Amino acid sequence: MRVLLQHVAHVRSGDKGNTSNITAIAYGPELYPLLKDQLTAERVKDFYAGVVTGPVERFAVDHLWVLNFVAQGALGGGVSRSLCLDNYGKALSAALLGFDLHVPESLGNHLRNHHR
Amino acid sequence: MAKLRIGAGSAWWGDRLEPARLNAEEGDLDYLCFETMAEATVSAALAHLRRGTKIVSNQGWINPEGAAERIVHHLRELGAYGVKVAAVSGSLITDRVLDVTDTLMEDGRPTSVLKDSMVSAEAYMGAEPIVAALRDGASIVVTGRVADPSIFMAPMMHEFGWDSLDHAKVGPGSGLGHVLECGAQVTGGYFSDPGFKDVPEPWNLAFPIAEVEDDGSAVITKVAGTGGAVTMMTVKEQLFYEVHDPGRYITPDVVVDFTTTEVEEVGRDRVRVAKIGGKPRTPTLKVSIACMEGFIGEDMFFYAGPGALRRAELAKTILEERFKIVGLQADEVRVDFVGLNAIHGPMSPRGGPEPYEIAVRVAARTKTREEALKVGREVDGMAVSGVGMTGKRVPHQDRTREIIGVWSTLVPRDEVRPVTTMYVS
Repeated sequence: MRVLLQHVAHVRSGDKGNTSNITAIAYGPELYPLLKDQLTAERVKDFYAGVVTGPVERFAVDHLWVLNFVAQGALGGGVSRSLCLDNYGKALSAALLGFDLHVPESLGNHLRNHHR
Repeated sequence: MAKLRIGAGSAWWGDRLEPARLNAEEGDLDYLCFETMAEATVSAALAHLRRGTKIVSNQGWINPEGAAERIVHHLRELGAYGVKVAAVSGSLITDRVLDVTDTLMEDGRPTSVLKDSMVSAEAYMGAEPIVAALRDGASIVVTGRVADPSIFMAPMMHEFGWDSLDHAKVGPGSGLGHVLECGAQVTGGYFSDPGFKDVPEPWNLAFPIAEVEDDGSAVITKVAGTGGAVTMMTVKEQLFYEVHDPGRYITPDVVVDFTTTEVEEVGRDRVRVAKIGGKPRTPTLKVSIACMEGFIGEDMFFYAGPGALRRAELAKTILEERFKIVGLQADEVRVDFVGLNAIHGPMSPRGGPEPYEIAVRVAARTKTREEALKVGREVDGMAVSGVGMTGKRVPHQDRTREIIGVWSTLVPRDEVRPVTTMYVS
């Protein structure tokens, strides 16, 4: 079934200069493999098209169910130069909650706040 | 010392005061560390020096000596005499930065290109001068630019007697400093998402306390009876906040390796963090160079009711034409529809239901204030010369601001010499 990422992982973003790091953390070990499989650096880069202008690199820390994405050119030149109201990109991670994932029916009971 | 209790006092210059006071009063702390510190917090914290709680802060900014003198003044007002207060300066290297640095980390240009626009240059110092000041008996240490994790790690180095080159210990300690440096971001702040991630009483958050052991492991917790939560989830989110390669988180003291970290809930609002790794520190320190880069002019006006979006779109067209007529010279102009696309810009979904309300927000980045002022002036014109049913604020605030752009470079360690001055109240 197709499920929004918000039912699979929680997210947080932080800023350093013009680079944003967006962390997606699976809600449990059962969900982490599909997150790691489907949420690739390439797909995240495509997903943020128009906002992230530079490369996206992914770092995985498997035992904590963590994927950390480092997106360059994501903050309109950085906090002081950006014309975006959210110039730190604090809400940038929230977009990822709308990323579509394919989740097998068998994992349905591990999803967070998901009602069919 | 078996366990060291280190509490956070603030995460940024505008942070709340009450959680710092609570940590001072009820945290039973050995150290209270402030990533920036308001004067009101100083007074609250000073009152609790009696327990022996020591204070470390990097709030000295460009004048740590002035900050220390002010603290001594407060101490005497409170009748606390004989307290040693150390000021650590030396981070400000504006006068020689162009001689001792090579290229900008952002784009590889030589740092000399910033010669005419540079306002200040500050190197990020590490924990060592703070440790030295504590060794000399300081109860309060106030520094210039010191990396945030370092102000939390310095007490660990001092109390446990870690060698500054012992990266196997300094690494975990700096990692814990990183967990604490953003205050409530690990105790339930910047976290709640109703239905998905709920925390109790999010209006009553505490700042974190770490119960640190000699091996660089710790339990992260908070004062009982406060709102928020310390869980696996809050700790993991903060662990990777502003981290790029988790195997190489570079601080002035050590390169932290988060990839081996163990995170375990050991009780209610008690999360044990262990096995953070460390690698030898780099031969350089990071320098932030602040430059005058021009101005931003911005303003907002509003539409509501049926057709709000189509009126907002006409308003956008009018503004764009007006900017041509008045010859706005801008490096970038942005017109957002708040409620539709202001935050996520071009990746916002299209074709959804029309929002009931739209704010049109316009911003431009310019070289001069004169150009930036044109933004507000043209928005003013929308009051009587714009679109029907335009909602608008009375323009009584300044709608321009100066841009202080920040560039980064590296400086060899020995070019940055901390200077410590001890005061006694």
